[in-house]
Amino acid sequence: MSEAKTEFLERSKKFWNPGKTQDWIDFGVDLVIDRREGYYLYDMDGRRLLDFHLNGGTYNLGHRNPELVEALKAGTQRFDMGNHHFPALARTALAEALKECAPSPNLQYTAYASGGGEAIDIALKTARHATKRKKIISIKKAYHGHTGLAVKAGDDRFSKLFLSEDVNDEFIQVTFNDLTEMEDALKGRDVAAVILETIPATYGFPMPNEGYLTSVKRLCEKYETLYIADEVQTGLMRTGAMWGCMKYGVEPDIMVTGKGIAGGMYPLACVLISERCGGWLKEDGFGHISTGGGAELGCIVSIKTLEIVQRPEVATMVRYIGNFLRTGLDEIRQAYSDFFVEIRQHGVIMGLVFNDVQGAKPVMRHLYENGVWAIFSTLDPSVLQFKPGLLLSQTDAEEVLRRMAIAVELARNEVMGVKRRKL
Amino acid sequence: MQDSLFHSLIDIRESKAGLLGKADLVLERARWATSIFERYDIQTTINIVKAVSDAAFEMAEEFAGKAVEETGFGIKEHKKTKNEMASRYLFNYYVEQDFVNPRVNEEKKIVEIPRPAGVIFALIPSTNPIATVNYKIILALLTRNAIVISPHPAAQSCSYEAVQRLIHAAEKAGAPEGIIQVLQSPTIPMVEAFMTSPKTNVILATGGTPMVRSAYSSSNPAIGVGPGNVPVYVDSTANIKMAAQRIISSKSFDNSVLCTNESVLITVPEAENSLKLALKANKAHICSKEDTDLLRRFLFHPGGFNVEAIGRSATWIANECGIRLPSETKVLIAPISQIGVEEELSKEKLCPVLSYHVANDEKQAFAQARAVLRLSGAGHSAAIHAESEETILNYSAHVEVYRVVVNAPSSQGAAGLETNLAPTFTVGTGYFGRSSIGDNIGPQHLVHWTKVAYNRDEKVVFGNYHEIGKDFPGPLPEAEIEGLRPSSRKQPTKITQNSVESAEIRKEIRRLISEELKDLLGKSNG
Ligand SMILES: Cc1ncc(COP(=O)(O)O)c(C=O)c1O
Repeated sequence: MSEAKTEFLERSKKFWNPGKTQDWIDFGVDLVIDRREGYYLYDMDGRRLLDFHLNGGTYNLGHRNPELVEALKAGTQRFDMGNHHFPALARTALAEALKECAPSPNLQYTAYASGGGEAIDIALKTARHATKRKKIISIKKAYHGHTGLAVKAGDDRFSKLFLSEDVNDEFIQVTFNDLTEMEDALKGRDVAAVILETIPATYGFPMPNEGYLTSVKRLCEKYETLYIADEVQTGLMRTGAMWGCMKYGVEPDIMVTGKGIAGGMYPLACVLISERCGGWLKEDGFGHISTGGGAELGCIVSIKTLEIVQRPEVATMVRYIGNFLRTGLDEIRQAYSDFFVEIRQHGVIMGLVFNDVQGAKPVMRHLYENGVWAIFSTLDPSVLQFKPGLLLSQTDAEEVLRRMAIAVELARNEVMGVKRRKL
Repeated sequence: MQDSLFHSLIDIRESKAGLLGKADLVLERARWATSIFERYDIQTTINIVKAVSDAAFEMAEEFAGKAVEETGFGIKEHKKTKNEMASRYLFNYYVEQDFVNPRVNEEKKIVEIPRPAGVIFALIPSTNPIATVNYKIILALLTRNAIVISPHPAAQSCSYEAVQRLIHAAEKAGAPEGIIQVLQSPTIPMVEAFMTSPKTNVILATGGTPMVRSAYSSSNPAIGVGPGNVPVYVDSTANIKMAAQRIISSKSFDNSVLCTNESVLITVPEAENSLKLALKANKAHICSKEDTDLLRRFLFHPGGFNVEAIGRSATWIANECGIRLPSETKVLIAPISQIGVEEELSKEKLCPVLSYHVANDEKQAFAQARAVLRLSGAGHSAAIHAESEETILNYSAHVEVYRVVVNAPSSQGAAGLETNLAPTFTVGTGYFGRSSIGDNIGPQHLVHWTKVAYNRDEKVVFGNYHEIGKDFPGPLPEAEIEGLRPSSRKQPTKITQNSVESAEIRKEIRRLISEELKDLLGKSNG
């Protein structure tokens, strides 16, 4: 580590976040991201890393995607954040573009937030207003952000810390893929909404069982509960379809998108709301106010993002990238099958499962040392989140597999404590 | 998708970033497609090429009509012939060449492994749009390359539609998605973006000089061709009647839009009278001095050749100039006394107007032929009608071109349609014409070979490479999606239906096609 970096990390601890700064050092990841371009990150000491974290799809289209940068630059010639109280050109234009590609023709309106958590809060508030019920069902180990309501819908690790856990039994958590538990929770007919990530990212991308999501939707209809799709990580073509829920044939009542929607160039998140659920938008349109929510510059970039991801070329790329990486990963898995036990995949959403409760952490570290940045799943550290970009080049895909084989071997030897048997 | 949905507030499509973003995405998709195509074996490859060539053959007439309608250039029946040539005949010509398997040279102790260029960016001219589309796509597929077609704006709609059809045929036969792509509305800056992108491996440029030059200066490898300006020499030893007949058939073929058409006829006094008579007998109109002046003024504007005249019929041109002639006239003959910068009619004319010059003798005739090519058309084509081998060889060594067509129509002959030259719609103009290749461009130009060379020392024995074939695993399996498809990993479907099973069958196909084509050719040329 350079002197400059050591010094910087001290300042980071002093002025920003001592715990987080130290944690990364302890994980063996002394990364301070400086320059960034496409799917490459450059550490402040100059080391290049292939970004397979992408902040959960924020950098789907690469870092500082030139078209998004250009749209933002051109946007600044005319727009700024805008006045959030007034009808606004860019906000309405994005809302219209979102309606056009929404997973259900019923999703009529878009409400805006400045981040995913706030958008989840809007979604939950919207459901409560529409149903006049308070309860919210999410899955165990769910992750929907850290704002007031969102944090309660998630794992209590983050709510308890701030003494903000649910104490009124308003937030029920059920086991993912368990329909009986789901129905039991819904039976009382007092649930406003079920909120589900189509494929729960922070839980390590467990795949929904065949028919699970559609059955949940059907149960929701039966008990007059709303279905909220959190598409923050699964949307924007990562499954090969515009929104992950489309692949499973689910038409949500409310949908949330964030992260990649503004390509990492501007913070923005959106809540798509059906006519039926959008009552508050008429009753009191000032009901949710957010100065930065729907900032017009963010909307300009997001419109460009939507245009790019819907180009026909992108769907082909996702397919090729998915198939190629899968074939290569399967080979690596076969070679280290006692350690690398499972590949969860849908398009370019991938979770790599290792045979140790903390198994993804050494893999992450060895990948980092071998020039690839991918992160473990916070709520299941046996799973490495492996997230290639939508526009990944063939060469970089090949490059990452080469590095992955090396890292998995090193991690395996470390965890299993023995030399690899020739299989 | 409505454009207004995305571009009404801020439109960056024409910015550098917008154009490059578009180009890079298309080219990277093509690159991915090649990574799959490289895994295909010869049989699968040939099946795909055959499917495309069949589709192109079947739509030859329909798209000949569409091209004429859209561009106003040329003659439908002739375009049909060209489209057919650039499909089955072309396929047949190359089907037995193997650009897929390694080749072994025992004697030299060398193994050669074919390595496709990768992603080809192909410019299409307006004069022969469909034939060139067919031709370039077939060349690309034979060598397992990806190709991105950029149609000429004047032939945009027919080219785009034709490519879409061929994409459909190719993918149906198992070609990787994205191996053929086409730009919907290319502009000059967009074409520049594609040509300069490091994701383009080679540019195949057929078209106007500025476009070709810009392909060469793109910093990417380019195979570009210069313009033609074909001198045709009729020697006193020639069969004059046949010469006249062939020249007229060539000049009237698709109204001279092929760059291989004769531009200036040069002869000697001994042949002059009979040649004039024979030309007239073949429905040529010999212009008077006044007619020639009118023609010159109509065809050559201060800015260059009058594009309005390209591919128009002789009678249409005569009518525009106010020249009176019989309605069945096929070609206008314009006598000129000079050749060079002073005489515009000695330049290239993509229309059925043929300049006509009588030299004092053979020596002067050759000098004049060289002068024609000095004006333009260097490295391209020349033609001669003669019986004396010495004259033919002498002439051919004089003119600075890489193909000399003998006793055949030059339009069709230099493009390999009525000679045994390789059939082509991109004529390499080599070093004379500031180009990298002097051959008729074929698939061999789109693949390089990795040479595996053994020690020459006799003590080091060369391996046996005949037994071990290279592995061609075919398409990648589709990645499984749990919860959507419960089955285990789906293997890709084998694409061997309708396969051309063996060399024998390929031979048989070749024979059948040859017969078909003989028939076809018989019809197209009287
Ligand atoms: C599925 C999901 N929903 C919501 C959020 C919260 O988004 P934000 O961090 O922008 O508040 C995240 C963030 O990681 C997420 O992964």
